[in-house]
Amino acid sequence: MDEPQAWLPTDPRSRPSHDQVVAGLKGVDEGGAELVQLLTPEGERVPDERFDRYAADITAEDLKDLYRDLVLVRRADREGNSLQRQGELGIWVPLLGQEAAQVGSGRALRPTDMCFPSYREHGVAWTRGIDPTELLGIFRGTDHGGWDFAGKRFHPYTIVIGNQCLNAAGYAMGQRFESKVGDSETGEATICYFGDGATSQGDVHEGFVWAAAYDAPLVFFCQNNQWAISVPLSRQTRVPLYQRARGYGFPGVRVDGNDVLACLAVTRWALEECRTGNGPVLIEAFTYRMDSHTTSDDATRYRLADEVELWKLKDPIERVRVHLARRHGVEPEFFEAVEAEADELGERLRTFCRAMPQPGPERMFSEVYADASPQVDAQRDTHLAYHESFTTEGEPA
Amino acid sequence: MSTTMAKALNDGLRAAMERDPRVLVMGEDVGRLGGVFRITDGLQKDFGEQRVLDTPLSESGIIGAAVGLAVRGFRPVCEIQFDGFVFPGYDQIVSQLAKLRFRTQGKVPVPIVVRIPFGGGIGAVEHHSESPESLFAHVAGLKVVACSNAADAHWMIQQAILSDDPVIFFEPKRRYWEKGEVDPDLGAAPPLHSARVVRPGSTLTLATYGPMVRTCLEAATAAVDDGHDLEVIDLRSLSPLDLGPVAESVRRTGRLVVVSEAPSESSVTSEVAARIQQECFFSLEAPVLRVTGFDTPYPPSRLEDDYLPDLDRVLDAVDRSLAW
Repeated sequence: MDEPQAWLPTDPRSRPSHDQVVAGLKGVDEGGAELVQLLTPEGERVPDERFDRYAADITAEDLKDLYRDLVLVRRADREGNSLQRQGELGIWVPLLGQEAAQVGSGRALRPTDMCFPSYREHGVAWTRGIDPTELLGIFRGTDHGGWDFAGKRFHPYTIVIGNQCLNAAGYAMGQRFESKVGDSETGEATICYFGDGATSQGDVHEGFVWAAAYDAPLVFFCQNNQWAISVPLSRQTRVPLYQRARGYGFPGVRVDGNDVLACLAVTRWALEECRTGNGPVLIEAFTYRMDSHTTSDDATRYRLADEVELWKLKDPIERVRVHLARRHGVEPEFFEAVEAEADELGERLRTFCRAMPQPGPERMFSEVYADASPQVDAQRDTHLAYHESFTTEGEPA
Repeated sequence: MSTTMAKALNDGLRAAMERDPRVLVMGEDVGRLGGVFRITDGLQKDFGEQRVLDTPLSESGIIGAAVGLAVRGFRPVCEIQFDGFVFPGYDQIVSQLAKLRFRTQGKVPVPIVVRIPFGGGIGAVEHHSESPESLFAHVAGLKVVACSNAADAHWMIQQAILSDDPVIFFEPKRRYWEKGEVDPDLGAAPPLHSARVVRPGSTLTLATYGPMVRTCLEAATAAVDDGHDLEVIDLRSLSPLDLGPVAESVRRTGRLVVVSEAPSESSVTSEVAARIQQECFFSLEAPVLRVTGFDTPYPPSRLEDDYLPDLDRVLDAVDRSLAW
């Protein structure tokens, strides 16, 4: 996209209209000249002067691992969708199409880095060693998230849009206060995930301000999937999102969000910037949400099938598969083995989901407070006694 | 030791920061300026910019960043400059601060204190004199307290910082400069979430908190001339409410008047009235009455003497209760 100055006309009549200005953003299939890409949709490795070195160590074996991640994450996601359709989950938030953005960025993290997700980051969770079964409770309604938040350094999902950008800024400030920044080997960083729609929220703006004001080692990772439920990107912004970073005084990069290798390389770079004290950084992963926002909406009501068809051609998994087969001679047996592993994962998820226990009513009253709360304790006792009152002697409650 | 509430708070913050290096003070102007009310005066000079943070002008940012710092293991004490400015941060307070512990089944505690100077009576412009405490007391996951004197201010702020729960800490700004005795012995301080009888009496019970405690004590003194011996209870903790002392008192006096500056509808005073009538129905000689601000936005300051409950309005309610 041209700089605004380039539009300044000598003849006012030559100035582009509002629609023309925004039109540049409506072309959701093109990331523009500044899009960082290392692997084309056709599976061709293309050079990138700036970011090649952040993927230079990636071997064919590593690529196979990434491929496996992508396939398993997609399968877990599709199982989630199916389980909702079967009535086993109350809702599912699909990530279909965003696997590369999540796996690529997630695999760039070190165990000591902290991650603040939104609610669609099942693929990032996977890279943090969180089993997909651990995500199901949120969507089945048995808990609000139960994984090892501190050990995995993967914060609870945040449902309120944009809140986590400030929470992440605070955490990253803490890393700086603890002098965990400044050394590329031992340095820590934080990554925060949010969507294009979130960029309209005040908390995202404030997160940018705070991270910049305190030089926080924080990578803002925006998955621009083009749609905030039914509202398109053009209703969120007049400039490409990665360019916003400049206004806050830190770098912004747009990466092909369907290219796992580019996402890995760009995020590694961004984390390195943060670890060594040059943070924060904004990454806009230019991608597309192939499914609905959640299982509760219907994307066919607000977007054209053509648009979806176009993005199918940029599938994040297929390009890695083609690349592995053509450039590295990977045999079909590998892909079949990964597919079989995905089948096993799907089966495990289904079985686990259906066997999940119903939480007891005491869960409502537990861990509301650290210290005692007479009011809550009394309500718990009364409610449990009420349940007990239905028990007939000799019969289970 | 006699000191102002402002200084008592300052000393309390200092003691908490000396006790635990993870305690941070953060907010707009809290550093070099010492806060708009000078409550944090001198702290940045002694503890440095990393422990006393002059933050961007951003209430959601103050609370939201504090949540992240708490996740990292810090114990932030946030200052909101005035009651009416807390609302840009209300989302973070309600959505994250209050719920993170419950959401994570206790695995992610958020030991954060949010200090809010509240209430009117200082002749300020709009948004500087509000009493939003009921909006916080209604939110599960938060603890809400209000100090009313120097001694309580000194100890309650330290107890709030020691708590692993998020505490919304209301400070009656028009009482900042009133002096009181502060006992330096922590053992003498009552628990954070306990009400306290501040004046024993037998005729009628006045239950109140924050800036209205002094007003009620003055009313009780004036009522002596009419032969009435009023008991005054400082609720101190608004969530959870400690209604034990109030119920015990009402069982003796048979009458209760609840006093607060806040609007009356769906408020702390409504809650006290409802629960006391439920618990003490057969002891009551009169309906529970309330003296509150009005259900209007806080008025221009030239009208605040009309808006705020004063000694006469409290005594008028006492008379109405006794006439029943």
